[in-house]
Amino acid sequence: MKRRALIPYLLLAPGFVLLAAFTHWPTILSFWSSLFTTARGRRPSVFVGGENYAAALSDPIVLKVLWNSALYAAVTIPASIALAFVMALWVNDRLPGRGFARLAYFTPTILPMVAAANIWLFFYTPGFGLLDQVLGLFGIPSTNWLGSDQSALWAVMVVAVWKEAGFFMIFYLAAFQAVPPSLGEAARLEGCGRWGYVRRVLIPLVAPTTLFIAVNALINAFRVVDHIFILTGGGPNNATNLLLFHIYETGFKFWDTAGAATLTMILLAILGALAAVQFFLLERRTHYR
Amino acid sequence: MSITLNSVTKIWGREAPPAVDSVSLDVETGEFVALLGPSGCGKSTTLRLVAGLDEPTSGRILIDGRDVTAAPAEARGIAMVFQNYALFPHLSVRDNILFGLQVRRAPKAEQAERLEEAAALLGLTQLLDRKPNALSGGQQQRVALGRAVVARRKVLLMDEPLSNLDAMLRQEMRQEIRALQKKLGLTVLFVTHDQAEAMSMADRIVLMQAGRVVQVDAPERLYARPAHEFAARFIGAPPMNLLPLDKGRVAGFAPRGAPSGAAWLGVRPEAMRFAETGLPATVEARDYLGAETLALCAAGPARFSVRLAGAGAPDPGAARAVAWAAEDQHFFAADGRRLEPEPAASLMGERNPA
Repeated sequence: MKRRALIPYLLLAPGFVLLAAFTHWPTILSFWSSLFTTARGRRPSVFVGGENYAAALSDPIVLKVLWNSALYAAVTIPASIALAFVMALWVNDRLPGRGFARLAYFTPTILPMVAAANIWLFFYTPGFGLLDQVLGLFGIPSTNWLGSDQSALWAVMVVAVWKEAGFFMIFYLAAFQAVPPSLGEAARLEGCGRWGYVRRVLIPLVAPTTLFIAVNALINAFRVVDHIFILTGGGPNNATNLLLFHIYETGFKFWDTAGAATLTMILLAILGALAAVQFFLLERRTHYR
Repeated sequence: MSITLNSVTKIWGREAPPAVDSVSLDVETGEFVALLGPSGCGKSTTLRLVAGLDEPTSGRILIDGRDVTAAPAEARGIAMVFQNYALFPHLSVRDNILFGLQVRRAPKAEQAERLEEAAALLGLTQLLDRKPNALSGGQQQRVALGRAVVARRKVLLMDEPLSNLDAMLRQEMRQEIRALQKKLGLTVLFVTHDQAEAMSMADRIVLMQAGRVVQVDAPERLYARPAHEFAARFIGAPPMNLLPLDKGRVAGFAPRGAPSGAAWLGVRPEAMRFAETGLPATVEARDYLGAETLALCAAGPARFSVRLAGAGAPDPGAARAVAWAAEDQHFFAADGRRLEPEPAASLMGERNPA
């Protein structure tokens, strides 16, 4: 009898071990080391409590990085969701070559972010990059898109939206195809135009998908910084420095492991809070079939 | 408002046979017409062409005398009830019913008045705040009807509206829809594959097969005088017995008045009885159905059923003669056309040899 009671736990064990070893335990360790100073040379690590947090939150670079990340998320999430919705509407129609259009929109998703960033590096190159060449035809002078701290963050955002939207489109496409066509026909008979149908029927019906995409987009906005390495390295003057990129630099370039652990805990707190807000607020306004 | 179809044809693909093949039809104002036929016969496509959801390849459609062949669906002044009701799952019953009025920005006071009227008519007043998935099938059906009622459209198209309901409810809704149609003076075009539905509800039935109209008639006429072998096979439960004729004889027995060229003799199971003389047949099996029993019989190549009241039927294996009245005979040519019996038929019958 006792052996039988063990079986469920044995079946749960592989998943539990993986989660514990690679997620829960590192989280606890990070939190623990964020309470100590970084050991340097002959100076051993000392317990300082919340001092690391106080230091991080008064560091102007950290504040700049937090602001950048907030702006980056606030722009790329709605932009990629809106673009995905429009693209999905477009390729859901009966249009010639729609298989090709779907593939074309999905291609950025298959590309590794590093490859995508390299392509865009070519677009943005001042003087002979694609963007400058096209703009040059209209007599607009060469611009250093990634080199100016006015435009660098926006240029990085464009790459992220371009990369994300195709992936989200697939989810919207699947959601649209689950909507019975008779709903559209019923709306048509009532004199409801295309835009009216999208606004009154389609958007509310795919709300669960939108919620799912929004959560994913939020996580990605903080999690994916590969393109920063290729495009700007966080510069110029920290204009494109995002939180995760800054954590990496603090931890593995400046070897301030305690500082990196502190920032990691801040990142976790932000993500946890945002996910909670999304679920509890949107859940209530979302219609599930 | 009347509906007229003028040799309407719909072809989906270049290779495919026409889904609707030069269908002509007149539905008068206030008439309830059922489009009946097996699945794939083109009845739903015909309805969608009238609704303006699909465009005919050729032919003309007139509503109330006005050519609407090229008019968009919303300009045709029709309401439609879909097979799955097409209720918006995220909207309450109230908003589902008012959907069209809201789209057309009708004044709030008018919306409220019309809603109240439609809800009272359909018994939905208590359910206005519910979502469709909290309603039973019959209630969902009423909401779909409510959408049609509130628009005050005079033409109502219905695409198999009862097929998702259980048998009891179906019976109830049949009468309710018919009563609603009478009360509001609606012109109804109703698609169904269920002959009982068509027979009990419709003023006239349009029987379709493979995209073509086989027969348009009142239910009684369709039952009593099928114009085609297909109509004979389709209408009636169980359907009409069709006995193959070989040179005017079936298993050696010559029915009275068989016209030359007749390939089939049709007699309804309820018109057949066991008698002293008649077609010699063997009882092969029995189907006991409660109020009646079907005796499944064989005579040469012919297989047919005889309908008997109650449970009394001969045991399988018994040899019996089967008889019927001359006026219950229907003859059909090899191509399915109805043939009229020879005029002198009654004088030349088997039982009174000259």
